[in-house]
Amino acid sequence: MIGGLFIYNHKGEVLISRVYRDDIGRNAVDAFRVNVIHARQQVRSPVTNIARTSFFHVKRSNIWLAAVTKQNVNAAMVFEFLYKMCDVMTAYFGKISEENIKNNFVLIYELLDEILDFGYPQNSETGALKTFITQQGIKSQSKEEQSQITSQVTGQIGWRREGIKYRRQVLSAHVSGRVVMKSYLSGMPECKFGMNDKIVIDKQGKGGTTDDTGKSGKQSIAIDDCTFHQCVRLSKFDSERSISFIPPDGEYELMRYRTTKDIILPFRVIPLVREVGRTKLEVKVVIKSNFKPSLLAQKIEVRIPTPLNTSGVQVICMKGKAKYKASENAIVWKIKRMAGMKESQISAEIELLPTNDKKKWARPPISMNFEVPFAPSGLKVRYLKVFEPKLNYSDHDVIKWVRYIGRSGIYETRC
Amino acid sequence: MRENRGLGSKMTDSKYFTTTKKGEIFELKAELNSDKKEKKKEAVKKVIASMTVGKDVSALFPDVVNCMQTDNLELKKLVYLYLMNYAKSQPDMAIMAVNTFVKDCEDPNPLIRALAVRTMGCIRVDKITEYLCEPLRKCLKDEDPYVRKTAAVCVAKLHDINAQLVEDQGFLDTLKDLISDSNPMVVANAVAALSEIAESHPNSNLLDLNPQTINKLLTALNECTEWGQIFILDCLANYTPRDDRESQSICERVTPRLSHANSAVVLSAVKVLMKFMEMLPKDLDYYGTLLKKLAPPLVTLLSAEPELQYVALRNINLIVQKRPEILKHEMKVFFVKYNDPIYVKLEKLDIMIRLASQANIAQVLAELKEYATEVDVDFVRKAVRAIGRCAIKVEQSAERCVSTLLDLIQTKVNYVVQEAIVVIKDIFRKYPNKYESVIATLCENLDSLDEPEARAAMIWIVGEYAERIDNADELLESFLEGFHDESTQVQLQLLTAIVKLFLKKPTETQELVQQVLSLATQDSDNPDLRDRGYIYWRLLSTDPVAAKEVVLAEKPLISEETDLIEPTLLDELICHIGTLASVYHKPPSAFVEGSRGVQHKRLPARAGSSDVVQSGVSEAPPAVIPSQGDLLGDLLNLDVAPPTASVPSVQPSMQLGAMDLLGGGLDSLPSVSHRTEVQSPQPSSDNSESELGGDISGSPSMGGGLGGAPASIPAGLGSAPAVGGGLGDLFDLGGGVGLPTGFYVAPKTVWLPAMKAKGLEISGTFARRGGTIQMDLSLTNKAMTVMTDFAIQFNRNSFGMAPAGPLQVLTPLTPNQTIDVSVPLGTTGPVMKMEPLNNLQVAVKNNIDVFYFSCQYPLSLLFVEDGKMDAASNKLQGSNIFTIAKRTVDGQDMLYQSIKLTNGIWVLAEMRMQTGSPNYALSIKCRAPEVSQFVYQCFELVLKN
Repeated sequence: MIGGLFIYNHKGEVLISRVYRDDIGRNAVDAFRVNVIHARQQVRSPVTNIARTSFFHVKRSNIWLAAVTKQNVNAAMVFEFLYKMCDVMTAYFGKISEENIKNNFVLIYELLDEILDFGYPQNSETGALKTFITQQGIKSQSKEEQSQITSQVTGQIGWRREGIKYRRQVLSAHVSGRVVMKSYLSGMPECKFGMNDKIVIDKQGKGGTTDDTGKSGKQSIAIDDCTFHQCVRLSKFDSERSISFIPPDGEYELMRYRTTKDIILPFRVIPLVREVGRTKLEVKVVIKSNFKPSLLAQKIEVRIPTPLNTSGVQVICMKGKAKYKASENAIVWKIKRMAGMKESQISAEIELLPTNDKKKWARPPISMNFEVPFAPSGLKVRYLKVFEPKLNYSDHDVIKWVRYIGRSGIYETRC
Repeated sequence: MRENRGLGSKMTDSKYFTTTKKGEIFELKAELNSDKKEKKKEAVKKVIASMTVGKDVSALFPDVVNCMQTDNLELKKLVYLYLMNYAKSQPDMAIMAVNTFVKDCEDPNPLIRALAVRTMGCIRVDKITEYLCEPLRKCLKDEDPYVRKTAAVCVAKLHDINAQLVEDQGFLDTLKDLISDSNPMVVANAVAALSEIAESHPNSNLLDLNPQTINKLLTALNECTEWGQIFILDCLANYTPRDDRESQSICERVTPRLSHANSAVVLSAVKVLMKFMEMLPKDLDYYGTLLKKLAPPLVTLLSAEPELQYVALRNINLIVQKRPEILKHEMKVFFVKYNDPIYVKLEKLDIMIRLASQANIAQVLAELKEYATEVDVDFVRKAVRAIGRCAIKVEQSAERCVSTLLDLIQTKVNYVVQEAIVVIKDIFRKYPNKYESVIATLCENLDSLDEPEARAAMIWIVGEYAERIDNADELLESFLEGFHDESTQVQLQLLTAIVKLFLKKPTETQELVQQVLSLATQDSDNPDLRDRGYIYWRLLSTDPVAAKEVVLAEKPLISEETDLIEPTLLDELICHIGTLASVYHKPPSAFVEGSRGVQHKRLPARAGSSDVVQSGVSEAPPAVIPSQGDLLGDLLNLDVAPPTASVPSVQPSMQLGAMDLLGGGLDSLPSVSHRTEVQSPQPSSDNSESELGGDISGSPSMGGGLGGAPASIPAGLGSAPAVGGGLGDLFDLGGGVGLPTGFYVAPKTVWLPAMKAKGLEISGTFARRGGTIQMDLSLTNKAMTVMTDFAIQFNRNSFGMAPAGPLQVLTPLTPNQTIDVSVPLGTTGPVMKMEPLNNLQVAVKNNIDVFYFSCQYPLSLLFVEDGKMDAASNKLQGSNIFTIAKRTVDGQDMLYQSIKLTNGIWVLAEMRMQTGSPNYALSIKCRAPEVSQFVYQCFELVLKN
């Protein structure tokens, strides 16, 4: 298991060093600094083996987190743990920076003591941790509170504490490549989430309700795969394909899904690059919106990379604003709104300085950002249900809403 | 600063990192002993900060421990942290802390009880461990699950310090009881602790996994935290189900985990499924369902963070090799993204090549071409190499690949050109005489090559196709100038290439070959190079024709798949999916010290079912790895072939028997990094070796420099191949056809490992003795019970082999006993063409079960003794009249023979025979015509008798 955990700043100075196992010595701290942080070459692997000691690292801004071991540990688990560690720290004190880590080092040691025991990750849900790692001492708690804490930390529902109370019950879902829920519900509610998953719909279709299949073409979507927050009962999903869970309090990612079939790409990007002599490039990019004319896409930003030896750029665009940003080596073209089934175009002349630099330009792809008010995958939420048998509010009392946003994850076009 | 302090500790903790005054320790000491609580806490924080940065603050030990008695939990935790760090260096003073620990273990607050037991386990001082036992025992039975789950891990800590103590105190049994605990997290931690302890006792039955405990684990799996799920799944993977039904039911309960958001849970579930799938019969519907269920989660792993993607890709690499069918349609997801970190890009490329097939090759090539124009040098190189590998793997694409490579060479980017030349060399070897038209283009880039591998590849090409390159001699000569500055790889290649050139264009290159031979043999310290130089020298001086046959022999084609992991290692790595071993692609023993992880894991065997013989076929060792191209290679090519990771021990027996030019000579040299063997064009017996070796040593040598040749060299010059037709006046033919004595019998290899056959291990080989085929078997009983009632049966096979007698094991086979038996085989059984042709599927039964395995027999087993075309040459050979060649012209058999007299006179004879007729015509050629008459007499005498 994990033998030790170190946090370094960008210079390789140790900010946190916690050793869990005897086989990891102080020299391991230095070995990582010398061989990875100070290494001349770019890091070639997130796992490094130095003198029979393995180092796993992740980087957050300029902070290095390294887990060290001499055993055949579960590598996936170590990385998952490091990410979790980052999440927990962010939840406690915000951005992971040298300043914040130094300011909170006592807290971090306390957390590390709790979430990693002898190198074995323990419950690391912030919801639960915050109940007893508070930097305030816990003497004041009553006996009931204590046992409640321990049963939450070790219990089946480690992500939710009991006795949560709200005056207004709210449950909302944001669908954008993943389903992010916000729940502000009292008690221990049992929730159900339904979506237009093809398998479920087809199953029901066989059951007799065939009336809505004739409407529009795309009633259901084929989901290739989905992963769930640990609150979802996986065995139930596996057998019945129903998504039921007791939600954590606040915001959390309920599920991620992946579809490949029948995705409507909201935009098409058509680039045209022409080299005019050695010192000039002509670039023309057309974007076409490919969705219902009644819908509006927002915050459209197209980023057209330019060569490193660019000396000047002239841009003409039909819509929106375009600017050459020398520091980013790109032309950034912004359009506030664009309706469906429209087309827009930008053309640019790029002047180049003559160079004899042999190193080629990497020709990064054109990237694009936007928001559209629908899920390009076609995913729809069919229902959100809440059951809380012990408290006196029913499904009808819960304020629910769903918002669909199509966000461009990585939307790139090679040119 | 002062103002900040007012705001509470939160804002100011970073100041502790900055104090670097002199006399600091002294000041801290004073502060630690202060009466004010706040000041104390501040001081301890400073101490911890110093400790973090690596300063030695152990001198403050008694002062810090004094702060331990406090109600302030934060302060307590800080003191504990200090204790864990320094207790070992101050064991005597650490005792001071014991009392507080023991007291804390009785605290009404479960959090404090747990904290105490957790910290105590981390204080690795023998004296303290004694005091730990009682509190630990109590905590293991604590009413609060939080304390129990902490205590469970503490047992593992204690075991690490003092294993004996843990056993004596009976903690292991308590730990085992915790597997049945009502709280899932306690179960998970107990499983983790037990697994770790069991790892250091490989033979103990500590983790006594039986269907009942498995059921408990599977129940806890649904309820515990993500980490607990990982512990449990990793533990489950060590279990071997009793039969396929149990295997299936476990799989069914594990599959829901594939949808977990935590990638480690998914990978551990994949591990369990991959392992247990081995036991499911392939015709089972569920088997197919499971295969289909595995693909989507594996693909989803690629949308995780890059570090996890890397781990996932390394594992997918294994999975794709073990079960290519799972991801064969998912090529697209492995396409490289612009922003992928380089380590992800390189791994994706690897998998793309593995998945490349005729169906997707166009897409793949388009991608690879794109990658080859990227910026990162390593990535570009790998992409270029990948194009070459596609050419070798998918024949239909070879032409497109070659033209793509040529386009890339035109870019003149140095490393691209070099990489392209290396792969083109491989393409030449896979498709000889097809793409040689590109040689001219390659030669243009000769000067830009500065890497050994590329230079060696180019030299190989020039040597191999010397006859088509007009200025081959000039090209090679230019390399020769800096011979001693070249790397060994290039030197060896240059030597071989020039010898090839000489054999092809002897007239113009005599000087060149002399030069390279003397450079290699006289001026070099490298034994590899020197020995090879001597071999060539002798070959050339003794018998240029034989040299031609050896050096210019047809090379075996290279195999399609390269870089495959050797099957047994692959199976072991599959058992380690998700772990470091799967990331490194090495067994744990390669990077873990001590006893941990040395235990080798194996995949379970498929359970018996009616079609086992069928499934046995698929388990036959994949033929790709020990391919001739990699293993045998030849003197000419091996240097530039990609080094194989490991040399599989099982080799086709006949190839072992093939004469080994270097014999024991080179192989015994410690510096030899790879085996260089020459495959003879003719399988010949080993017996002629000694005779021949002597022959060569005695022959006149070309240069004086040969005198000092190491004595070991002549060991292995097997019979030089007979040369057909135009013998000309080459009289010094090296060897004749050896006498047909004895059949080469390969050493026994394990056909059926004990793991797969409930303790019965069978190793064996084939032999041909006195005209009958025999299967020699060694049966070893590695089980605990006596084995009896042995019987053997073959499946239908290509040559109708079948046992001609029973498997005679007369006495029962007791545990650990080995017996050798020979089963005579007939060839009159039912015939069915097998793949490979010489595959033989065998079923062996004993009182326990029926076991199936498949093995491959050397084809020479089926060579019959009367295979000689006629009796005449045989008879003649008895009188030292050797047949050199033989051909049939107009229905007449022509035999060409050679005779040498004691005084060195050579006689060549041509004998013409009508098939079926006893008459023959003999013509003789000899420098001394006087002997002819007597030679005629001889022939008459020999043939008539």
